[in-house]
Amino acid sequence: MSYLNIFMSKDRIIFVTKEDHEAPSNAELIEDDPNDPYEDHGLILPNGDINWNCPCLGGMASGPCGQQFKDAFSCFHYSKEEVKGSDCVENFRSMQECMQKYPELYPQEDDNDSAPSGGADNAPSDSVPTSSPESTPATTENPAAS
Amino acid sequence: MFKCKAVWNKLAPLVRASSTLCLQNARKSVLRHGRRLEMVQKAQMSSGPAGGGGENTLYYVLVGATCLGTGVYAYRTVSGDKERYNERMIDLVNRPKQGPRAAEAVTEVVAGSKEAPLESIPELSLEPVKSEPVEEPTLTEAPVEEPLVTEAVVEFTESEPVTEPLVEASIPEPTVETLVTESVVEASVPESIIEVSVTEPVAEAPAVTQSEEPLASVVESETEPTPVIITAHVPEASPVSESAAVSEPAPAAEPVESTAAHSDVPEHAPYLLIGGGTASFAAARSIRARDPGARVLIVTEESELPYMRPPLSKELWFSDDPKATETLSFKQWNGKERSIYFQPPSFYVSPTDLAKVENGGVAVLTGRKVVHMDVRENKVKLSDGAEISYEKCLIATGGVPRNLQVIDRAGEEVMKRTTLFRKIEDFRSLEKISREVKSITIIGGGFLGSELACALGRRSTDLGLEVIQMFPEKGNMGKVLPEYLSNWTTEKVRKEGVNIIMDAVVKNVSYKNDKLEIKLKDGRLIETDHVVAAVGLEPSVELAKSAGLEVDSDFGGYRVNAELQARSNIWVAGDAACFYDIKLGRRRVEHHDHAVVSGRLAGENMTGASKPYWHQSMFWSDLGPDVGYEAIGIVDSSLPTVGVFAKATAKDTPKAATEQSGTGIRSESETEAVAVTLKAETTAPPPPVQQKEDYGKGVVFYLRDNVVVGIVLWNVFNRMPIARKIIKDGEQHADLNEVAKLFNIHED
Repeated sequence: MSYLNIFMSKDRIIFVTKEDHEAPSNAELIEDDPNDPYEDHGLILPNGDINWNCPCLGGMASGPCGQQFKDAFSCFHYSKEEVKGSDCVENFRSMQECMQKYPELYPQEDDNDSAPSGGADNAPSDSVPTSSPESTPATTENPAAS
Repeated sequence: MFKCKAVWNKLAPLVRASSTLCLQNARKSVLRHGRRLEMVQKAQMSSGPAGGGGENTLYYVLVGATCLGTGVYAYRTVSGDKERYNERMIDLVNRPKQGPRAAEAVTEVVAGSKEAPLESIPELSLEPVKSEPVEEPTLTEAPVEEPLVTEAVVEFTESEPVTEPLVEASIPEPTVETLVTESVVEASVPESIIEVSVTEPVAEAPAVTQSEEPLASVVESETEPTPVIITAHVPEASPVSESAAVSEPAPAAEPVESTAAHSDVPEHAPYLLIGGGTASFAAARSIRARDPGARVLIVTEESELPYMRPPLSKELWFSDDPKATETLSFKQWNGKERSIYFQPPSFYVSPTDLAKVENGGVAVLTGRKVVHMDVRENKVKLSDGAEISYEKCLIATGGVPRNLQVIDRAGEEVMKRTTLFRKIEDFRSLEKISREVKSITIIGGGFLGSELACALGRRSTDLGLEVIQMFPEKGNMGKVLPEYLSNWTTEKVRKEGVNIIMDAVVKNVSYKNDKLEIKLKDGRLIETDHVVAAVGLEPSVELAKSAGLEVDSDFGGYRVNAELQARSNIWVAGDAACFYDIKLGRRRVEHHDHAVVSGRLAGENMTGASKPYWHQSMFWSDLGPDVGYEAIGIVDSSLPTVGVFAKATAKDTPKAATEQSGTGIRSESETEAVAVTLKAETTAPPPPVQQKEDYGKGVVFYLRDNVVVGIVLWNVFNRMPIARKIIKDGEQHADLNEVAKLFNIHED
């Protein structure tokens, strides 16, 4: 692009080297309000509850075994035992049972709660090439559908 | 008032007097004149030749006879027409095999036809093909476009209804045809046509809008749901009295299924989602997450379970797997395989079990279209006549691809060779065609057009396929990216093997010698075998009329508030929603992530959240697997932009650049953006100005009133949260280079 062109056009272009961008930015960003009711939250809401609508959970809370999953995970979350969740064995067991009925949805290759391989996707919650901003490690995996 | 009365009273007698006076005068003058005339005539005649008197009488006789004659003729014609009309109707009725019932119906029709306001016809709902094998003799109503109907019906088993115009069935009055053309698709208003209808408004011939979609798709999706639906509305009591007559002609083929068909449609769904796409699925998931045990019913006119669209124009084409078209599986960015379906069938509950299953679930009713929405009664009516009542409803009907007018008018041969790309069947059909023909032309230079061009371009060498892309802009994504990036993109698409024709306005498309000939406005002529029209999406707002919902005139789509609500229990999400974005103003967005975000939000609001559209959705595009970009906010190339790009090499020092150019100061971050532009010409070794810019990686800010409203991340990934934050803040930044620093574009 010619020098003249740049001035005339409404599109400005800046080329920067790595050094140019070394100094920290002085652009001002507004402080985020952690209690903003409109904001999407991660897995845990500000008040300590579990955000069942978190994209990171994939379809776990909404599928056929959703209720069992919620019970098990809630129990675990609020568990005050020394070995956290040790009082929730029953819940996890029934969740396991339910999941075994739907091998397509919950491939039995791995384990329990927060790394759900079941639900077969969270692509609807994330766009395919990037991970969701509120992702927990679970987000980025998308197991085979069947 | 009293005054008036008084005045009137005074004036009245005067008025009366004067009027009588007038009358008398008139009478007198008439008589006088009359007499005078006669006298004159007499006088004349008395002096005239002997036959004078005879002439006079002859004159009167002639005039009188003519008048009489005219009157008689007129009367005869009118009554003759009436007769002919009646005869014709009876004729028509007897022709199809409906027999006595129809004839009865006809006579009724005939009787009522006089009063039948032709205007009511547009009210007719023309249902989508899928819905039915209309048995009724849609005589009076059936406009030319009405496919299906009568004749076709009886033979009908599972073949597609098709758009055979039943010319015979159209009323002689020409007005009808004009009335019922395109727009139709109104929700049925049975009441309005009671007097004339023999027809089930509900089970009418396919909506004309259906014709916009490739007929092929209609055929395929037809097969399954039809047998069920055929009789579905037979038992359904039609508001019209002739329902008895109607049921008779129903194909005897499936009388048994009638009850079964209807029973698979639940009568009530606490959460009813109209449309089975991305937004709808996201809402379903959101509802289930927030309302334990929720029972969600998705009603879709497609025959597929909810699936995601982007891979249809991207990943599925790049897949090495030859069975990709069947399985619809693709490899994600992280290497894992997945299907385009959001969930396998086992995730869903069957509609019949929805009410009973213990913890609720999501059920999908495929192959039905919602044609009427009764907001006061909180219920909807399906194309097969079934009714479902709801407590909360989401409209996520998306849209249908637009077609070019010139192609629409070009005739069937051209239409057969045109693809309007949107659904799975379009993908399958185009994939097949790409292996069969020698040349494909894509009209449209936006996201879909460019992606398909790249996808097909990559296959072009293997398949010996010529891929042409034409659009009116100057470069690919001309309406989205600033000119320099658009040029860069166009080059990239060219490298993928596509022959790009810019500044191309299609004037005419015709079918000649087994090829399609596209004539452009500037005279250029392009020959090709198949055309893909990617010229935009028309939001589906057919329910607006019956539901009384507002449609936005600027952006199209249902107008909803910031919380995606249209009315008390009705929300709209996805492509069809024109919503108020608190930060960016009213918009309608047609991207995948927006469908997800808005669907999720609608689901939350349907379960009581009352949150506005806050989490800004993003979109992305891949131009072949090497280059991609992500974007967020309002990305419109007509806005002023500032682009910050990483230099290819870091060899040149600022000092050297300054010395070379001899001009001012090389931009330090503190200086204004204007001075910064000097750098662009002072790239590495001289001559600086002529060097080709390589826009390898960078960030482009789109400004409106100096506030960043849109950002494109060009080949930099995983920075979307920062971009989202900047837009959310909505601040006026003095130096965008500083803002650009936040993105760390030099890192990977």
